[in-house]
Amino acid sequence: MTTRTKMILGRMAQALPVVAGVIVISFVLTRALPGDPAAYFAGPAADEASIAEIREALGLDKPLIQQFFFYVGDLLRGDLGTALSTGQPVMADLAARLPASLELTLVALLLSCAVAIPLGVLAATRPGTWVDHLCRVLVTAGVSMPTFFTGIVLIYIFYYLAGIAPSPLGRLDFIYLPPPHVTGFYLIDAALAGDWSTWVGALKQLILPACTLALFTLAPIARMTRAAMLSALSSDFIRTARAAGLGQRKVLYGYAFRNALLPVITTLGMVFSFTLGANVLVEKVFAWPGIGSYAVEALVVSDYAAMQGFVFAMALLFVCLNLIIDIAYALIDPRIGLS
Amino acid sequence: MLTISDLSVAFQTRKGEVNAVRGISFEVGSGETLGIVGESGSGKSVTSYALMRILDAGGKIRTGDVIYGGMDLRKASERDMRDIRGREISMIFQNPRAALNPIRKVGHQIEDVLIRHAQASRQTAKARAIAALAAVKINDAEARYQAYPFELSGGMCQRIVIAIALACDPKLLIADEPTTGLDITTQKAVMDLVGDLTKARGMSMILITHDLGLAAQYCDRIVVMKDGQIVEQGDPQDLFARPQHPYTRKLVDATPRIGATIRGLLPAEARTSDPKHTVHERPILEVRDLVKTFQGKSGPVHAVKNISFKIKSGQSLGLVGESGSGKSTTSEMIVRLQDPTSGNILFDGQDIAATPAARFATHPTRKDIQMVFQDATDSLNPRDTAASAIAEPLRRIAGLTRADAKARVAELADLVGLPAPLLTRFPHQLSGGQKARVGIARAIALGPKLLILDEPTAALDVSIQAIVLNLLVDLRAKLGVSYLFVSHDLNVVRLLCDDVIVMKSGEIIDHGPAAEIMARPVHAYTKALVMAAPQPPAMAAE
Amino acid sequence: MADASLQTGKNTTLAHIAYVLKDNPVTLVAFAMLAFFLGCAFFGPALVPYDPLATNAENALQPPSWAHWFGTDNLGRDVFSRVIVATRLDLTISVAAVALSFVIGSILGSIAGYWGGWLDAVLNRFLDTIMAFPLFVLAMGVVAALGNTVENIIYATAIINIPFYARLVRAEVNIRRNAGFAQAAKLAGNSDLRVLAVHIFPNALPPMMVQVSLNLGWAILNAAGLSFIGLGVRPPTPEWGIMVAEGANFIVSGEWWLAVFPGLWLMLAVFTFNLLGDGLRDMVDPRKRT
Repeated sequence: MTTRTKMILGRMAQALPVVAGVIVISFVLTRALPGDPAAYFAGPAADEASIAEIREALGLDKPLIQQFFFYVGDLLRGDLGTALSTGQPVMADLAARLPASLELTLVALLLSCAVAIPLGVLAATRPGTWVDHLCRVLVTAGVSMPTFFTGIVLIYIFYYLAGIAPSPLGRLDFIYLPPPHVTGFYLIDAALAGDWSTWVGALKQLILPACTLALFTLAPIARMTRAAMLSALSSDFIRTARAAGLGQRKVLYGYAFRNALLPVITTLGMVFSFTLGANVLVEKVFAWPGIGSYAVEALVVSDYAAMQGFVFAMALLFVCLNLIIDIAYALIDPRIGLS
Repeated sequence: MLTISDLSVAFQTRKGEVNAVRGISFEVGSGETLGIVGESGSGKSVTSYALMRILDAGGKIRTGDVIYGGMDLRKASERDMRDIRGREISMIFQNPRAALNPIRKVGHQIEDVLIRHAQASRQTAKARAIAALAAVKINDAEARYQAYPFELSGGMCQRIVIAIALACDPKLLIADEPTTGLDITTQKAVMDLVGDLTKARGMSMILITHDLGLAAQYCDRIVVMKDGQIVEQGDPQDLFARPQHPYTRKLVDATPRIGATIRGLLPAEARTSDPKHTVHERPILEVRDLVKTFQGKSGPVHAVKNISFKIKSGQSLGLVGESGSGKSTTSEMIVRLQDPTSGNILFDGQDIAATPAARFATHPTRKDIQMVFQDATDSLNPRDTAASAIAEPLRRIAGLTRADAKARVAELADLVGLPAPLLTRFPHQLSGGQKARVGIARAIALGPKLLILDEPTAALDVSIQAIVLNLLVDLRAKLGVSYLFVSHDLNVVRLLCDDVIVMKSGEIIDHGPAAEIMARPVHAYTKALVMAAPQPPAMAAE
Repeated sequence: MADASLQTGKNTTLAHIAYVLKDNPVTLVAFAMLAFFLGCAFFGPALVPYDPLATNAENALQPPSWAHWFGTDNLGRDVFSRVIVATRLDLTISVAAVALSFVIGSILGSIAGYWGGWLDAVLNRFLDTIMAFPLFVLAMGVVAALGNTVENIIYATAIINIPFYARLVRAEVNIRRNAGFAQAAKLAGNSDLRVLAVHIFPNALPPMMVQVSLNLGWAILNAAGLSFIGLGVRPPTPEWGIMVAEGANFIVSGEWWLAVFPGLWLMLAVFTFNLLGDGLRDMVDPRKRT
């Protein structure tokens, strides 16, 4: 167990240089943004002098390296600067909007796993049959759909034509009040408050964007499940298990599936990256008040503090997630850290 | 107890149906050990999968009956078959580490089988599993119960596989190449264990192997298979003394054993006079105080610990050892693919270890030291034809023009007995023996003075091995080249080599003339190695 | 078995491809679709019935008809012509981006995989850092930072694709680094660099081609996505992402053809490359060869 703990600590240590890299890249990227934030902040009527004054106030007149250290110092204090567009601290903006994005992403991923993993197993147990081919075409079609396009088509069908979906504007129709803030996840908060009509309302808003995202992530999960399952099923230990008379279920789920899950878990990290990226597009289509749409708005007005905060938050979120995935993997696979 | 009559198995492939087993019949009596012997592709493993009904997808039993204890296994339902597998008939496989679920504790894997066949309840399973581990002579069974397969050695994993197979006291054990890939001393330990356990429990066994010697030692009766058919069956003594079928005769001849000669491995009609090679006193290679230490994760690994030896010009030296003995590292250092940590390698009096391996490609000695690799398939670039593989050193080192190289390649192919039309083929279109010839032709292309042979026949069937060994002997006589022959098999080394070095844990522990070391081993480890090699019964006087 | 036929290697490769195509007709369809898209990219601008930029206010927002197969947009431009003409731009972006990342990733991955050691460690940390960003977000950042041009979309897409190639090549090279044929090549007088370039790298190409095909599709999606949020290609240049973005405003009022046709086209293109990648995977999968 000590080697395992050592391995986990080592993995955490490995994340540190990555976080450092993330800080550098997010700094460099946003300082290179076109447009002069000082000029923007000063407003269209400002003259040279007042722009210079604001530039000084924002620290933009200092050498880049000095600005970087200010930036790191601010980061350590949890200060991501002030968003020019909203006038709020970026940290507060992100904190307020993050639950919306996370709720959407997680629901989509759960949905996707619930469909993709059984689909992959099904295809792997019947390789070369029509079930297999159909699965392949379906998931390939899914990953080929641009999420922004899927979203629009779903809106057209379910909102405009069928009229069963609510208008694609945000997390909750205006007839409901947001549930009292506990976690920021409306589904959880509404359930905690026992307000089931709001819960249903939130769910209705969530379904279309979540399906859009899930369709897109179906393919990598289903494909990996199929491939991992196929390779597990053709391995020697499955033959041993069959020769020992173990039942079909035990062989398929107890032996093959558990081994196949390991590569699938690794893929989830990649899939999460895709989902977070696609989130930006889906949030724009559904006017979802998450950090993705926040970033798009910031981008339009060259709001570098907001943009920087967004890129940094996304990267940090993703690093943590990968860390969790790696540790989960190490806990499941006894071979990690010992061989 | 088990009667198989007229069994045929076919596989569906893209080239149409392939008959892997064609109408074979045999019986296994109660308490009897039957050996099924055959070279690769003979259908021996498929036979066992068919009778267990665990054929891969695409495989189908075409005709025949499999009667076990009065029950027709071919007609039994899948549910009944599952009850029979592991309970009545069990199997053990080659490559034991892969045969175990990598992420499940071995104790639990035994419990799965016990619980499946209602031999234990959840409460008693652990005790029964530990008892099963103890039965296969695993020390400290209680601790091993908690182990994962990757924490155990290959021999230990095979014991676990045996424990799983025997946990429910089956009546028949099918052992499919149970010792392939294991060291020779481990092979003996595993085979002795299986033999003792089946005897003690009055079980029947089917031992499937490519090694006629192994089968002869452990089986009551032997069935010889070729191309899906049984060519001969009978008592091991008789089979060796009076093989009836020409194929059996060929197999018996080709099996290296004490008293055999190199020409004797070939079929009688192919035997020519023994070629002679001359050994000069002048050493071609002198290794002095060679050390190789790797930086492992848990401290330094001493792969080679200060070894010294000489190879005389024209001499063939055998380097024998089990896995982890440092024999491969030693040969890679001599052929200048690896740098020693310290020590000298004098080739013709010149220290070639002074030039780093990374820059040795342009060293003038490069053409004088060449190597034939263990796995012929792996040693050929899948994208190059046989001709371009052989031409590579000619073009790169000798600097021959395309036309000159082509002519020389044709000569070399002729020398190693590779038919000229095969030269345009890619490795995957060649058989194992043909690939071995390509590897040898490439190695001798530049007329090297020292050739390192790294288990050149380990992956080959015995009949092919016999041909390749004889080719090597002929080449030695023609070219006057010195050999460093690396192998785990003392029987093979003795046939080819003048002297032998035995390595263990990075050290040379024994050294002497090959015939003497084999006949009268002095060192305890050498003795164990000699004793562990299967000893086929004597052949009829020739 | 080997002496049964004396055919050359080329023939068996062709036979294998024929076998895979027969086994999986979907791949054949993918090849046909690829030919179609390439045709659109090369000849599209010369063949389309209308000028993709010509506006016609009287003819705005017409549903699909014989005159305008895909209808007209809010400025009266022919959607069909715009969709076809956009093929060249979208394919160019993705091909250029994938080519760039293929070359850079191959070089980095080969070096790290062959020599290992600190080079490998540094490269891994570098790739980890790139991969630490959700890739689309990184592309957004890069385009935003470098400026809104087609070239910058290409660079951004290339950057986020590099890790895939570098990791794949690294793994493929690494498993062959000590393969028998690599060692034999050294004994035949090849320098390390030559062993890597001539003997090891070509063997890594088949899995790379699969990755290229899948990535081409992904690169198109990515470029269109960037355009959709207003980064990269600018109107009125016809580009699938922008057209969907512009059309999105009309979807809630029922003018579906503005967004659906370019979206479908985009989807078909990506679908083609994905199917192709799957088919190529079958072709290079050694387990499918007998």
